[in-house]
Amino acid sequence: MRANLHVKDRVGIVGAGMTLFRRRFLETPRELAWEAVKQALDSAGLTLRDIDCVVIGTAPDAFDGIHMNGEYLADGAGGFGKPVDRIYIGGGTGVMVPISAWWHAASGHCNTVLAVAEEKMSHAMPHPQYVFAYIWDPILERPLGPNLIWIFAMEMRRYMHKCGAKKEDIALVSVKNKRNALDHPAAQAAANITVDDVLNSELLVWPVNRLDISPVSDGAVALIIAREKVARRITDSPVWIEGVGFTLDNTHWYNRELGYPRYVEYAARMAYRMAGIERPWKEIDVAEPYDPFDYKELHHIEGLQLAPRCQAWKLLKEGYFDRDGELPTSPSGGLLGVGNPIAAAGLMKVAELFWQLRYEAGKRQVKKPVHKGVAQAWGDLMQAGTVIVLGN
Amino acid sequence: MSGESGKPKTPLPGTYLKRDEYMKLPGLIKYKPVARYLFSAGQAQSRFLHGLKEGKILGVMCPSCGRVYVPPRAYCEYCHTPTSEWVELPGTGTIHTAVVSYIATDRSRLEEPEIVGVIRLDAPGYKEDQYEFAGLFHKICGVTPEQVMDGSAIGMRVKPRWKPAEERTGSVTDIECFEPVEG
Repeated sequence: MRANLHVKDRVGIVGAGMTLFRRRFLETPRELAWEAVKQALDSAGLTLRDIDCVVIGTAPDAFDGIHMNGEYLADGAGGFGKPVDRIYIGGGTGVMVPISAWWHAASGHCNTVLAVAEEKMSHAMPHPQYVFAYIWDPILERPLGPNLIWIFAMEMRRYMHKCGAKKEDIALVSVKNKRNALDHPAAQAAANITVDDVLNSELLVWPVNRLDISPVSDGAVALIIAREKVARRITDSPVWIEGVGFTLDNTHWYNRELGYPRYVEYAARMAYRMAGIERPWKEIDVAEPYDPFDYKELHHIEGLQLAPRCQAWKLLKEGYFDRDGELPTSPSGGLLGVGNPIAAAGLMKVAELFWQLRYEAGKRQVKKPVHKGVAQAWGDLMQAGTVIVLGN
Repeated sequence: MSGESGKPKTPLPGTYLKRDEYMKLPGLIKYKPVARYLFSAGQAQSRFLHGLKEGKILGVMCPSCGRVYVPPRAYCEYCHTPTSEWVELPGTGTIHTAVVSYIATDRSRLEEPEIVGVIRLDAPGYKEDQYEFAGLFHKICGVTPEQVMDGSAIGMRVKPRWKPAEERTGSVTDIECFEPVEG
């Protein structure tokens, strides 16, 4: 049953573009944004004059090292002299950007919207992990000298305990995604690796080894979003935004069960209701769950209601989530394989669904016919869930 | 305005540089932000920190839903009403999750691995459920890395190891760590 939303217009995606994902680029953040926007405009046969509004997403300012980075990026992202909005919810940003672009258009306020996400992490020295020190609560957490990986390790350990999964079961996500990324032209960390490679990589915070984690990346992605009437003039095959959902939990991550992301479930239910999806595990054909760490993909598959709780790791072993499986997840290669320029990584996932649903993903195209896809990102301090459902 | 294909054109833009190439770029700017802060702990947490100084773990209860918050909040997140009744918790609890860290905040390797985790605190008689609980993030001592890895540490009963009273300053580090309850 579709929710009775007061939406003026159906909204579609009509173009997508991206830069390479790499650690260390010559380009500045705004040059990266410009490159991605140019690719997207070219793909749709448009110029900047055809664009009404711009939504920019970039995650913590601290990575780019420029306070109010959205404003800094605005001209590179095509926002000069236009209404510009910035989205800023950590890792959840990449999927929130097209959600915001959706309501810019669905409200009837803008006919065409550029959705742009950028991140340049590599120039934080000696390592961008240190920049994450400022995400922790200054009173109760920073005095303990935390590293960001701690919190992921704690969540992964809890998931393993609750669901009976072993490190080698979870490492399969990294193996799958890095293999999928071999076919992605932007990929930074594509590789044919084995579970043993993951288990034998540098141990950082048990249970997290180096290859359980996505790399440090620079990159930008852009989508062009338009109201139905305009979208149909631009292309014969727009991909429709059928559902959006977003939820924040609190920052007190140590006051809740870490083995299951409640906030992702809430966001997913909101998006599915709007899209008229009642049985997502049957109705979704392809998924791009957020995978900054390998266990995170499993965590999010369950939060997205694509597998029963604690079953995702078992289905993974059976090949259920492979590109030729019953429900392919991260056919792009995900953050683990393509790379993780924070905000841009989430938008890359939405771009992948756009290409999959137009049958333009080339070697990455999933084997089964596709009608509906879901992309999801997660962010801030274990608290943000953002979900988008697309259909062709 | 007709686009035939949304496929990315290869090669994609972006000029990748190796580390030594990057270091040779003209005009590289080295910048270290200098920003200093003095954070106040606020209405609820100031009282909590005062409790730590006295060797007590204090929680606060929401009068309308019965939730007990540790660390305390001035308002209930669910009801958005003021929390009112302060309660002293026994301090004991169970390990919800624990990990073994081999790296420091800046990713440098630690000489000795450190065990940290989430402690689910006992809050007898007060409402809690499977998903939410009164709890703290802290260091864990007296537990071996092997116990974390084989899972026997999860669910283990623990209590706070306090610093000597004269060394406490009203900080979360007044608790040195949580350690197993003997016996």
